[in-house]
Amino acid sequence: MADFDITSKERDGMGPHGTSVGLLRVLGPAHVWALGVGIVLVGEYMGWNFAVGKGGAYAALVACWFAGILYTCVAMIDSEVTSTVAAAGGQYTQAKHIVGPLMAFNVGLYLVFAYTMLEAANAITAGYLISEVARLSGFEGTLDQRPFIILSIMFLAWLNYRGVLATLTFNLVITAIAFTAIIILFLSTTGIVGTSLMQHADLMSGSAALPYGWIGVLAAMHFGLWYYLGIEGTTQAAEEVRSPARALPFGTLAGIMTLLIAATLTWYVCTGLIPWEYLGDGLNGSVAPLFTAALLTNSQPLVWLLGVGTLFATLASANGCINDASRAWFSLGRDKYLPGWFGAVHPTFRTPYRSIVFLVPIALAFALKAPLDQVVTFSILSGLLNYTFMPLNMIMFRKKWPMGSIIRGYEHPFHPLPSIVLLSLCAITFFAVFLGYGTQLVAMIAFYIVASLWFHFWRYRFVNRASQFTMPWPRPKGY
Amino acid sequence: MAHYVAPKQGKLSQLFDVIVLMALTFGALYIPMFLGLAGGVKTVPEGAGQTWEAMGQNAAQIAQYNALGFTDPAAVSDIINARYDYSFSVTALVVMIVIIVAYYVLMLKFSETEYREVIAEKFDK
Repeated sequence: MADFDITSKERDGMGPHGTSVGLLRVLGPAHVWALGVGIVLVGEYMGWNFAVGKGGAYAALVACWFAGILYTCVAMIDSEVTSTVAAAGGQYTQAKHIVGPLMAFNVGLYLVFAYTMLEAANAITAGYLISEVARLSGFEGTLDQRPFIILSIMFLAWLNYRGVLATLTFNLVITAIAFTAIIILFLSTTGIVGTSLMQHADLMSGSAALPYGWIGVLAAMHFGLWYYLGIEGTTQAAEEVRSPARALPFGTLAGIMTLLIAATLTWYVCTGLIPWEYLGDGLNGSVAPLFTAALLTNSQPLVWLLGVGTLFATLASANGCINDASRAWFSLGRDKYLPGWFGAVHPTFRTPYRSIVFLVPIALAFALKAPLDQVVTFSILSGLLNYTFMPLNMIMFRKKWPMGSIIRGYEHPFHPLPSIVLLSLCAITFFAVFLGYGTQLVAMIAFYIVASLWFHFWRYRFVNRASQFTMPWPRPKGY
Repeated sequence: MAHYVAPKQGKLSQLFDVIVLMALTFGALYIPMFLGLAGGVKTVPEGAGQTWEAMGQNAAQIAQYNALGFTDPAAVSDIINARYDYSFSVTALVVMIVIIVAYYVLMLKFSETEYREVIAEKFDK
């Protein structure tokens, strides 16, 4: 057994890579929770409602719960592997140690694009929300949303540039407010406090129940992922938490529990107030469904609260996405999978500043030019490819380093059941994406195949072989 | 096993690599959009109704649309009538499955070759 304790204080920052300046180990479990939930909670404020459009309200609920099972498996697997492979890059670093360089390169790209697209979607929603506030405040005409989109991304990138502790403490506060706003809306509209405004029976009667039949339920799984997409981002903090073995499993599992509650409450409130066709059209109908639900209560305090909640959720998510995408990009650069220039750490702020700055114009290009549903689909597809990799990674991890051969920060129960369930649900979701968005799916896979060939036949020559394996583990079994 | 020493990459070459990757990224999103192949195909059936009754809306649904500011049903008829078409060809489905499986097989096969090299160099000292 390797005599290495992952909670050791000696592995501070970028120690395994032998550089003198590393990322700071300053985060606790609450920051991990804030990073995970902060990225995802916006999924309750916008985007999940496309699932209603694809299959109806009941289909969105089934998708919510099945996607919840999918992400519970993701959280269980992540908690074990990340608390053991405690380094920046998350699943990318895991793939590098467990599966191999090409898979790692692909996983790194999944992470960067899933988060960058999510960041773009957040900025689009923030711009929409500000234009709605202007409209409700009496502004006549069409407000140009672009300055607000640009400012949101630039401000958050600056915050990320300045330091991780302030960034995630900011996230902790605004995420807590956004989550509380959902709880207050639920309590105020469902009859727990005051009169119930819920009309599920009337709004979901007749053909509104399952407008597409059972195939709609399958199709809804596509956007069902949006309720939770990004919780796996907690792994990106692995190199910056004080105690990976404690903070990562605790923060991640607490995060998925929070999201399961928030997703179900969101579905209940929105489907009880908004007709399904309007709710399911996130482009021309309800762009921000919780905000739309608040509008239907005729309560000004609720409208303002959910407006603030939506804005905070989008900012928290974009903030977490910048944090995660930059860590993944930085890790790819540090290992020379991408130009090594990106692998630099700021000498004062100890952040991957070049990666943070580089990804800003890419996020802006998507936020300013692409429609919301396509940006969301692009993000979901990258996430889905990552989730399909995870069970393969988990099975190989246990096979190459059986229990007892290395110290694990956390051991998830029932192996290999979560991996099998996750793989099955990913297969269903691929089919769901195929129903309506098959072209994007093929375009995305084609992109990853071409990028992989480019990496294998060109880029990989700049990578030193042995230096990629940085964990102090024994030789993997079978090699 | 001989120790592999990676060549040092020049700045121009690094820049070129970034440009290639970015071109691929933007291509993946924008090419389907420019070709008009992207996005969920939601269409409004020809001759779809324009009144609340013809669109199958009950009193509760109409009241909520009114509360949202839509008193004229024609203003939301496209939203209410639009539907996805979930018919698909089995061939297209099979092609998609083959592409996804082939992608992962390619990943795992190439990765395995590279991984054996990494492990050999790391542990065969």
